[in-house]
Amino acid sequence: MAAPKKGRGPSSGQGRPGRALALILIVMVALAGGMFLSGHTTPRLGIDLAGGTSITLEAQNQPGKPNAINPTNMDTAVGIIERRVNGLGVSEAEVQTQGNKNIIVNIPKGTNSKQAQEQVGTTAQLYFRPVLTVQASGPETPTPSGSATSSPSATPKPGESAQGEDKAKDEGEPQGEEATGSEATPSASATTQGRAVTGALKKDDPTPGASDKPKASESPEASPSADPATAKLQEEFAKLDCTDPKQRTEAGKNAKATDTIVACGSNVPGSYEKYILGPAEVSGSDVDDAKGAIDQQTGEWIVSMEFTSKGAKKFQTITSRLSQQQPPMNQFAIVLDGEVVSAPSVRTALSKNAQISGSFDQQSAEDLGNILSYGALPLTFKEVSVTTVTAALGSEQLRAGLIAGAIGLALVIIYLVVYYRGLAFIALLSLLVSGILTYTIMSLLGPAIGFALNLPAVCGAIVAIGITADSFIVYFERVRDEIREGRTLRPAIERAWPRARRTILVSDFVSFLAAAVLFIVTVGKVQGFAFTLGLTTLLDVVVVFLFTKPLMTLMGRTKFFSKGGPWSGLDPKRLGAQPPLRRSRRVNAPTEPKEA
Amino acid sequence: MSRLGNLGARLYRGEVGYDFIRNRKIWYGVSILITITAIIGVAVGGLRMGIEFKGGAVFTTDTKAQISTSQATDVATEASGHQAIVQELGNGGLRIQITEVDTAKANEIKETLSDELGIPANDINADLVGPSWGEQIANKAWTGLGVFMILVVIYLAIAFEWRMAVAALIALIHDITITVGVYALVGFEVTPGTVIGLLTILGYSLYDTVVVFDSLKEGQKDITKQTRFTYSEIANRSINSTLVRSINTTVVALLPVAGLLFIGGGVLGAGMLNDISLSLFVGLAAGAYSSIFIATPLVADLKERDPQMKALKKRVLAKRAAAAAKGESPEDRREGAATAGTAIGRPRSPRTPGKR
Repeated sequence: MAAPKKGRGPSSGQGRPGRALALILIVMVALAGGMFLSGHTTPRLGIDLAGGTSITLEAQNQPGKPNAINPTNMDTAVGIIERRVNGLGVSEAEVQTQGNKNIIVNIPKGTNSKQAQEQVGTTAQLYFRPVLTVQASGPETPTPSGSATSSPSATPKPGESAQGEDKAKDEGEPQGEEATGSEATPSASATTQGRAVTGALKKDDPTPGASDKPKASESPEASPSADPATAKLQEEFAKLDCTDPKQRTEAGKNAKATDTIVACGSNVPGSYEKYILGPAEVSGSDVDDAKGAIDQQTGEWIVSMEFTSKGAKKFQTITSRLSQQQPPMNQFAIVLDGEVVSAPSVRTALSKNAQISGSFDQQSAEDLGNILSYGALPLTFKEVSVTTVTAALGSEQLRAGLIAGAIGLALVIIYLVVYYRGLAFIALLSLLVSGILTYTIMSLLGPAIGFALNLPAVCGAIVAIGITADSFIVYFERVRDEIREGRTLRPAIERAWPRARRTILVSDFVSFLAAAVLFIVTVGKVQGFAFTLGLTTLLDVVVVFLFTKPLMTLMGRTKFFSKGGPWSGLDPKRLGAQPPLRRSRRVNAPTEPKEA
Repeated sequence: MSRLGNLGARLYRGEVGYDFIRNRKIWYGVSILITITAIIGVAVGGLRMGIEFKGGAVFTTDTKAQISTSQATDVATEASGHQAIVQELGNGGLRIQITEVDTAKANEIKETLSDELGIPANDINADLVGPSWGEQIANKAWTGLGVFMILVVIYLAIAFEWRMAVAALIALIHDITITVGVYALVGFEVTPGTVIGLLTILGYSLYDTVVVFDSLKEGQKDITKQTRFTYSEIANRSINSTLVRSINTTVVALLPVAGLLFIGGGVLGAGMLNDISLSLFVGLAAGAYSSIFIATPLVADLKERDPQMKALKKRVLAKRAAAAAKGESPEDRREGAATAGTAIGRPRSPRTPGKR
């Protein structure tokens, strides 16, 4: 190590110890100020200390998709899970990736952890269902259509019956489209945003985007036949209030693919529609690929889909049938976890390639693209670890950690005082500075990078007391060795520093290396520990350089220490210093700093 | 204290000292014996892996349950279909551990326990772990261990020399083997906390070793320019002069860990704090031992094979023989030994021009 060569000698720091002290004081004040200003005066606590539920998901390898687990997919999954969890009304839930293939979901206490776990754990389902009825939904608009929609109708279930007509009406679609486009419907305001599906190859279709798909809120012909199950469904439909987040997520959640269901959807943020949807006809796995793209012709954002060959057939069946229907029954709903994410209308029969157009922006187009191409989540996840900590246990663990830290600190202090006497004062102040820095930085890291103090991190901090105190020991022992050489205090302090510094740097480097490797390589609890250990090791170097050493220099000027009284911890007699004269042979040597 | 300070001074000057190098074979033997015991312990007994590695569930209650520990065991065993282990915690709560249940099943068990124990489900702490997660933690820990060792060997080889890197690595493996062996022999449960502790030992063990090496590196400067001491003698001096510091370091490192162990074991009964501190405690002790008794003697052994050092040894011995022939008293030789470290270092004195 080159350290001793670079800065050896009294000049290194002796001259201006006040500067370094002022610097670290400014840093401390700045950190503390920042802490109080930002209002985060305590470190953010992890689930194990604050109480709550922590769920660890692991992406599963899928056969045939070796590269499926990649950062992009993981991020998409995090986004989807975040939406789901926060749909529960949990505002503070935190979803983040960890390592290559894990997602951690932390849900603070006070939430129904079981429900949260279900939400996170289930692999969401994506279906294409034909729309039977659609209606604006909100508490302030008591649905007058209840009676209308419940009126019996002879319309057969779309699933089977429409098949026959499909082929016959394959042609002539554009006409129908134009017709629906101009049709004036009273409830057009309910769904201000229409979307349409077109074949990818038919981009040049004259499709007036905004007006292509008005929806009828009252469409007697849309209601399914009035068997008892349907009546029940109608009742459900009438009751459903999609503005209530809970009802929204509950609505179509547990439905089977073959059921006719009620569901909620939102085309425009803040306004909701409710739907009655027929049995699923195409599922998410039938979609081969989908992505948001810009339509070359119109310059608008669209979502283009590509189906698998099996899916293409199914899709052709549904679209050719739907294209014959009157609005809103010419729509199919893309249903994710029981919620309608989009309900485009169909103008023509389509098969392998299709695109959805109509008032997308980049975000919504890409989102829908992701949802379509990945089914629900881009990856299959398995719940590998679920930890539920009650608030009581959390606070107990925190208390235990703090007590353990206090005991450890007290023992170290007692040892230092007994062994180093006056010098311990310097060590204690240094520990205090180190503690303040650690605390403020941890508090600030909470909002900054989402650092949460968990139990292993507390352990790391406690263990770090030893590492930090050790740096002082290295230095003190070196100073004592210099005094043993017969040197007076002030030169001893300066001569001891280069070698002590080098030793501190080398050993702290090794310690930091361990922490860094652990932090990068490991997952879970080990990481929290490694982070604290690394942070405190870095702070140790800062404190020793900017505080302990300058303070030592200043203290060396005081009478108490320079006299070397028995309580200073630097009493030459007690240290067994030898008068330089007796050791004439070493007269040249003593400048050589020795190991502490 | 003053006596310790005095001892420090005498150690520092080499007036007193233990000949670590000469007795190294004994310590090698001790270490080999311990290591073999540890390996046998792991091979025969195996490690008792916690549910975090095997997969399973741990439920803990904060408050005193209405039923006894054995009743709780029956309830949990019946609910899960697997043998449950129930411990009573320091605060009167129960810790119920069930292996080989998946997370879905664990939720059912939790409900059952909640009914039977008369504690609301929300007041039961649950730790449910799938086996793959534990495997991942373990695998990553091993990867981390490997990466760290490689990096440290490279670093030490650059900062010091390859012999020291090799010796440090052997000492490190030695420490880890012993710690793992203690776990196998005593039958402590291995949890992520244990792994954290074990990995921290890496840093600590090397920290200690590096300090001795640092002193050794200083001592061996210009070693070939003198004929007073052999490499082994200088290595021995390095150990002795840093002995007080090594002891202090270990004590200061162990004190907070002791605090953790006391609180972890005494108050919480079981858990992360306890697991970390337990493995740290064992590992720190092994680390302090190995840096003094194993690492440095190993360096000396390796170094003595170096032709230069062989030649040096020859010269030193020849000179001593000559001195003995002249009738120089053994007293003087010892005085010489006492000043070895400083005498050798002389050329690097800051008074030497051009060094700054």
